[in-house]
Amino acid sequence: MRVTVIDYKAGNLASVLKALRHLGAEPEVTDSDLSVIARAERIVLPGVGHFAATARLDATGITGAVRKAIARGIPFLGICVGMQWLFAGSTEAPDQPGLATFSECCARFPEGAEKVPHVGWNSLDVSPSSRLLAGVSSGEFVYFTHSFRAPVFANTAATTTYIEPFSAAAEHGNVFGTQFHPEKSGATGLRILQNFLAITRETAC
Amino acid sequence: MLTKRIIACLDVRDGRVVKGVQFVDIVDAGDPAELAARHAREGADEIVLLDITATHEGRKTLLETVRRAAGELFVPFCVGGGIRSARDAEQVFDAGADKVSVNSAAIANPALIDDIGSSFGAQAVVVAIDARRDAAAADPVRDAQVLVAGGRKVTGRCVVEWAREAEQRGAGEILLTSMDADGTRAGFDCELTAAVSGAVSIPVIASGGAGTVAHFTDVFTRGRADAALAASIFHFGVSSARSLKEELAQAGIPVRLPC
Repeated sequence: MRVTVIDYKAGNLASVLKALRHLGAEPEVTDSDLSVIARAERIVLPGVGHFAATARLDATGITGAVRKAIARGIPFLGICVGMQWLFAGSTEAPDQPGLATFSECCARFPEGAEKVPHVGWNSLDVSPSSRLLAGVSSGEFVYFTHSFRAPVFANTAATTTYIEPFSAAAEHGNVFGTQFHPEKSGATGLRILQNFLAITRETAC
Repeated sequence: MLTKRIIACLDVRDGRVVKGVQFVDIVDAGDPAELAARHAREGADEIVLLDITATHEGRKTLLETVRRAAGELFVPFCVGGGIRSARDAEQVFDAGADKVSVNSAAIANPALIDDIGSSFGAQAVVVAIDARRDAAAADPVRDAQVLVAGGRKVTGRCVVEWAREAEQRGAGEILLTSMDADGTRAGFDCELTAAVSGAVSIPVIASGGAGTVAHFTDVFTRGRADAALAASIFHFGVSSARSLKEELAQAGIPVRLPC
C-alpha cells in the first residue's frame, strides 16, 4: 500500500511514518513535489503546531494539488492541524484559509476552569456510519494534544467532550480528519489507520 | 471524559534502565526497549525515558536506545537528558520521540524552550523541574526552589515562577519532581504539585514519591495533577499500570480503561 505523507515542516513525522510502516504501508514523503501528489494513491497530512504553518501548503502549490487529488477520489486523511486544515479556517491564524472541504471554522476552547490545551486520552462517541472508525466502539480512548478544535456538524464522525462537545473526527466521501493522533493512540489508533489504508479510490465515494 | 495519565518512567544510564533512591543508589532494572514495550502493553498511557548518562559519549547510545524503544511504541513517548539545543532535540525526534524534556539546559538558557517550541510545537516540549521545598522560607511550598544537576545544585529560582515562565515561553507540559519525595515511596508532594498546577494552564505531571495507589489518588485530587509519573513502582513487579488504573477507577479517578 502506497501512501503519500505531506511534510509541511511543522513538526515531526517520525511517529506517523512508523505507524504506517508498522501496518505494512510504504510511505513516501514530499514537501513540495507536486508530481508525487499527482500520482498518490492516498494522502496523509499529519500535523502538530500552529495553523499558520499550513501557509506553506499554499506557497508550494500543494493545496491545489491536494484539491485535485481529492476531486479524483483519492482518500485523504488529515491529522490534528491536518484535520483543521480541511475547514474554512481557524481563529488561530485568521488570515490563513483552509481547504474549506467543510465550511465550518475551527476555534480555541473557551477559557474557564479547565486547562487549555486539552492534552491526554479522552473517549470517542462514534457515529455508526463512519468508515474511518469502523470497528471502533464509543468509549474507546484516543490521544489528543490541541487548543483549537472544530465544532460538531453534519460530517462529524466522532464527538469528544472537553469543556463542550467537539469534532474528534470528520468524514465526507474520500476526505477524513482526526483531531486526535491515531499514531499515538495504541491499538485503537492503529485500527483507525488500518481502516484508512483499506479505503481505495474505487471504494472511496 | 479526559482521563488522568499514568506515565511509566525509565531512568536510563549507558543504555540500561536504572532507578536510584533519591538519585543515589543505582539498581539495574533491564533493557529500555523491552521495558518500554512492556509498560505500554500493561496499560501505561505514556512512556518517559530520562537519560541520566547525558555525557558526550553516551549521546549515540541514547539515540540508538530511543530508536529501539520507539520502534513498536504507539503511545506518546517523551525523552529527556542532555538536550541542550534545538539540534539535539531534532535528533531525538528523528529517532522516534514525540516530546523532549529539558531541565538544566533550560535553566541555563531559557530561550531553548522557545527554540524547540517554535520548530516542533509546544506539545513537543516538556519542561522538567526538580524542586525542593525551602524550609527556611515563610512559605516553604510557594518558595520551593529549582535544583539542577540531579538535585545537587541550587539555582536560586522559585519553582512556581519558573513554571510560569516556561509556559509563557511555549512549554507544553511541566514535569515536576519533588526531590524531597523522590525515591521515598512515601507519597507525592501534593501541596507543591497543586501550587504549580494552579499557576499554569498547561498540564502538570507529578513525579517523585509514588509508593501506593492512595498516593496517586491523592495527587490527582488534592495535588491537582493531570498526570503522574512512576518508575520504581512498576519495575520490580510491584504493580502494573493496568492494575493501578483499575484501583484508581474504583476510587473515582477517570483513567483510560480498558487499556
